Amino acid sequence: MDFLSDNIDLLWGAFLTTLSLAVVSGLCALVLGTVLAGMRVSPVPPLRGLATFYVEVFRNTPLTVVFFFLVFGIVQIDLQFPSRFAAAVAALSLYTAAFVCEALRSGINAVPPGQAEAARALGLDFGQTLRTIVLPQAFRTVVPPLGNVWIALAKNTSIAAGFAVADLTAALQRLSNANADRLLLVFAAIVAGYLAITLPSAWAIRVIEKRVAIIR
Amino acid sequence: MTSLAKGETRAAGGPLVRLTGVNKWFGDLHVLQDIDLSVERGEVVVVIGPSGSGKSTLCRAINRLESIQQGEISIDGERLPEEGKALARLRSDVGMVFQSFNLFAHKTILENVTLGPTRVRRKSKADAERRARELLERVGVAAQADKYPAQLSGGQQQRVAIARALAMEPKVMLFDEPTSALDPEMINEVLDVMTSLAREGMTMIVVTHEMGFARRAANRVVFMDGGRVVESSDPESFFTNPQSDRAKDFLSKILNH
Repeated sequence: MDFLSDNIDLLWGAFLTTLSLAVVSGLCALVLGTVLAGMRVSPVPPLRGLATFYVEVFRNTPLTVVFFFLVFGIVQIDLQFPSRFAAAVAALSLYTAAFVCEALRSGINAVPPGQAEAARALGLDFGQTLRTIVLPQAFRTVVPPLGNVWIALAKNTSIAAGFAVADLTAALQRLSNANADRLLLVFAAIVAGYLAITLPSAWAIRVIEKRVAIIR
Repeated sequence: MTSLAKGETRAAGGPLVRLTGVNKWFGDLHVLQDIDLSVERGEVVVVIGPSGSGKSTLCRAINRLESIQQGEISIDGERLPEEGKALARLRSDVGMVFQSFNLFAHKTILENVTLGPTRVRRKSKADAERRARELLERVGVAAQADKYPAQLSGGQQQRVAIARALAMEPKVMLFDEPTSALDPEMINEVLDVMTSLAREGMTMIVVTHEMGFARRAANRVVFMDGGRVVESSDPESFFTNPQSDRAKDFLSKILNH
């Protein structure tokens, strides 16, 4: 077991980097995706158009290209992120927000139109109707698809390894070079790191889904 | 009603709801054709007619859940504004009860009734809850206050929906086929609440197939067909002596089955 004890600090640091990439990007993507979903169902055509444009651009661009752009591309216009980690969070958030938006929009469309009508009839404006009636019900129906988006995000963080972020996949590269005779062990350690994030998530998603279900 | 604020004096004179030359199309379908209708304060107007006659659309146009292409609708002397804050404010004075209840599925009965007063009227939670419990008591569902809508029967849900609308202290109440989705034994419990509201002087516009309610509670019956107001008269003359052939035909079909 000297492999694990020799490299425990490296592995633990890499695990924390992957976890924080996923959590921070996940939260940013949730906020941005919710705003985008609100724009996509708003009665204001320019807002709808802008959000649709955003979703189509980021959903249809490979994540690696988004990374390239944010790490190297924006240098051309004299911009730079303070760290590679920040650039990675930005790339992952911008990309994932498009998927959050579409998952939420499907949830919004699944809320019976009478719910929003009743809210408007009470005198709630568009924003209040969205925040207090439509989105809370939409979130409940999209827990499983949002869970999928979250798990995809947790795995997509591995692209950051290609851009000098010391995450689990970067640790994989480094350790497999140094321990060519124990590759299986190296892979097992790295995969365990990812599973430690995704498996509890899958379980948590099921629990949340049961807890927030609304009876109709 | 002895002391009116200055701003209300002018409005208090005219009709509470006025539709002038209202036209609406769904694509090629001309669903509302040159509708003129005035509803006075305290008046109970029942709108009847065959399905597809435009009566629900008329009801929904009054608080602009349906937009109209031509004509003018005003409430308490104020013209219905375009979508936005002003429209939201005007809607808060117009209670609406839907065929399918539309109670907020993720909120308790009590929260359904307090939502408007707290979010729109900015009432305190305590005040709103006190008033909500009074209203729930009045419509006979106080015991269900902490349940969710799906745990109630249709008749109970519709009575909650009426309480929810009343909590806003509306100037006028719109009922869009309030009993059409109910089992027969639950229809009366809803109609009883509506009848007592009418007796207390609430201004009401009711789209319904309940002729008994029309006879009992209406001041005026408006008969619609093909997107037009065909006949408008007091219930007694409408039911005993309808003027138009279309109304005679309609009444013969529904009253003698």
